[in-house]
Amino acid sequence: MMTALDSGLRPTPPRPVPPVLEVRNLEVTYYTDLGRAKALDDVSFTLHAGEKLGMVGESGSGKSTLALAMMRMIKPPGRIEGGAVIVGGEDLQALDEDGMRHARLSRIAYIPQGAMNSLNPVTRIGAQMVDAIRAHSPRESRSAVEDRCRAALRSVDLSPDVFRMYAHELSGGMKQRVCIAIGILLSPAVIIADEPTSALDVITQRQVMETIDKVKDEINAAVILIGHDMGLMAQFVDKVGVMYAGRLVEISPVRAMFKTPLHPYSEALISSLPNLDNKGVFQGIPGLAPSLLRLPSGCAFHPRCQRAKAECSAVRPAVRTLESGRVVTCHLVDREP
Amino acid sequence: MSLKLVIRRLLFLILVIWSASTITFFIPRLSPRNAIRERFAELARSGGFSPGDLEKIIASYSQQFGLDKPLLQQYWDFLGSVLRLDFGYSLNKYPSTMLDLIMQSIPWTLTLLIVTTILSFLIGNLLGAIAAWPRAPRWARMVATPFVLLMGVPPVLMGVLLLFFLGFRLQWFPLGGAYSIGVVPNWSWGFAFDVLRHQVLPALALILGSVGGWVLSMRGMGVTIQGEDYVNFAEHKGLGGITIFRDYYLRNALLPQVTGFALALGTVVTSAIVVEGTFGLPGIGTTLNNAIRANDFPVIYGIVLFITIAVATLMVLMEFIYPLLDPRIRQN
Repeated sequence: MMTALDSGLRPTPPRPVPPVLEVRNLEVTYYTDLGRAKALDDVSFTLHAGEKLGMVGESGSGKSTLALAMMRMIKPPGRIEGGAVIVGGEDLQALDEDGMRHARLSRIAYIPQGAMNSLNPVTRIGAQMVDAIRAHSPRESRSAVEDRCRAALRSVDLSPDVFRMYAHELSGGMKQRVCIAIGILLSPAVIIADEPTSALDVITQRQVMETIDKVKDEINAAVILIGHDMGLMAQFVDKVGVMYAGRLVEISPVRAMFKTPLHPYSEALISSLPNLDNKGVFQGIPGLAPSLLRLPSGCAFHPRCQRAKAECSAVRPAVRTLESGRVVTCHLVDREP
Repeated sequence: MSLKLVIRRLLFLILVIWSASTITFFIPRLSPRNAIRERFAELARSGGFSPGDLEKIIASYSQQFGLDKPLLQQYWDFLGSVLRLDFGYSLNKYPSTMLDLIMQSIPWTLTLLIVTTILSFLIGNLLGAIAAWPRAPRWARMVATPFVLLMGVPPVLMGVLLLFFLGFRLQWFPLGGAYSIGVVPNWSWGFAFDVLRHQVLPALALILGSVGGWVLSMRGMGVTIQGEDYVNFAEHKGLGGITIFRDYYLRNALLPQVTGFALALGTVVTSAIVVEGTFGLPGIGTTLNNAIRANDFPVIYGIVLFITIAVATLMVLMEFIYPLLDPRIRQN
C-alpha cells in the first residue's frame, strides 16, 4: 500500500521504510452549550520523511483542529476522544503531560501564522529561540545554544542579527521566517505549518514556501501544510488532503487531485479556482458549510452535492483506500478513475 | 531613549511645578479670610490685649510675612522661595519653618506608603494574574477573591477593625503611634524593631484595601493576554508552564498596570491622611490635618505644593522606566 501512495504521475522507488507519521482514527469533540460538535471525525493518514501534505478545506472544516489535536493542544471545552498520533513509532497520545511537552518542537513542531502576533512583543527574538532550546536541553552551554539559533536564522535566509531584534522591528515575511526558524531548532520529524502564508503578499508567500521547502530538505522532516489556497498548495506539496465537516474526504497525490479529483467536494473546490481559460466565469460551491452541531445525515456533503443519490443522505460513507493508495470517503467512488 | 525626549519631559516637569506654584500662590489670596487676623482675633477673645494693639500686631506680622508688598512683588518672591525649597514660616508653630515640618513628617509617610503601594501592586498583580490563568490550580485561583471583597471596606473601618482585633483583643500589635511612648528615637536594632511593630497594622490596613483593585484590573488584562498567539506558540514550543506564565503572559499583562502604578502613587497622600489619623502616626497626613484645623495657611499650601511636585516628579520617573519594559516605546 505504501508503494502505491505516490504512484501514477510521480514514479518513486518502493519505500520499505515505515512512515514517520501515522495519524489513526483521530477524533475531537467540542462540548458546547448548544450541543456536541464533532470537529474531527475518524481522521487517518500517513506521511513519510520528506513528504509534504497540504490540508485544505473551508473555515470550520477541522484543519486547525487537526493541527492542535496532533500537538495535543486542544483546550476545553474540546476533547480528544480517541485515536493515535504515531511519530517515529511512538504514540504521542499515550505520553504523559511532561512527555508530551518534551515531544513538542523536538519531535513534532508547530509553525504558527507568524505575520500575526505569534512572537512575544517585549522580549528579543533571541530570547524566544533560546528558551525553546533550553526547555528541551537545559544543560547545553549558552554559546552552543546561541550558535544553534543563529544557524537556524541563517537557514531561513535571515541575518543572524535578527537574534538581537524585537518582533516589531521585523516585516511580516521576516516574522514568518523567525517562526519557521524556531520550528526547526530541534530538527523535528514532523512540521505542521498552520496557514503560514495567509497574511502575506504573493511575492513573500512564495519566498516563505520556498524557505519551508528548503528547511524541510535540510532536516528531512515530514511537512503538513494547512491552508485554503489550493493554487499555492498545488505548487509546493506532494499530496493534498481535503477536509469537510471534520472528515478527511480525500487524500490524493497533488497531480492526480487536480487532474481527476475523486470526491465531488474536491472537484468543486478545484473548479472554483480562477482559471485563465474561462475568465469572468467564477464557479463557487452552492450552499453553505454545515454547522458541526447539526450535521446532515449520511454524507455531510450531500445537500450541496450535485451528484447525490438516495444512499448519500441515508448512509454515512466509509473511508476507502483505493488500489493506487488514494483515499476517498464517498459512496459514488469505488474504483480508480 | 533620546536626549530630546528627556529634555522635553524635564521641561514639562518644570511647567507643572510652575503652574502648581502659581495656583498655590493665588488661591489663598483670592480668599477673603485673613489667617493672621483670624489667629490673633482668636487670641484676643481669650483675653490679653486691646483691639488697637491687635491692628498693630497684624500690621507687623503682615510686614514680616511680606503681605504688605505689591502682589506681583509677592509672587516673584514666592517663586524664588519655591526654587530654594523655602516655603517660609508656619503661622501656628512659628518659628518652625514649613520645610522643618515637612521634613519631620515626610519620612514616615514615604516609607509607609511607598512600601505598601509597592507591596499591594506586587501581591495584587500576581494574584490577579494567577486568577486569570487557566492552568493554575483551582485553589490558587481562589486566593484573590477575599481581597476583592475587602476592597469594599472603607479604609477607616479597616483600620479600626484591625486595631480592635489584632491590637486591643489579641494585643499582638501596639494601638497607635510611631514608636513606644518613652522611647527616644535612635539608630539601633531595638528601635527599628519597635518602629516596625508599630507600622504593621497601618501597612496591613493599606494593603488589604488596595490589593483588590490590582487583582481586578490584572485579571481583566490576563484574560486578554492568555488568548494571544504568542502565549499559544510558547506552549507549542514545549516551554514549561512557569516560563510561559512569567515571560510571555505576566510580562505582557503587566505593561498597562505600570501606568496604573504611577497613577496610584498620586493618591498616596489621600490614604495617608486617613490612615495616619486612625493610627496616630506623625506623617504628612497628620501635619496637614493639624494645619487645616489651625488655619495654618502657609503649611497647607506648602504641603499641597510639595505633594504636587513629588507626584509630578514620580510620573516623569515612571515615563523613563516604561521604555525599559516595553521595547516598542523605545523607538518613537
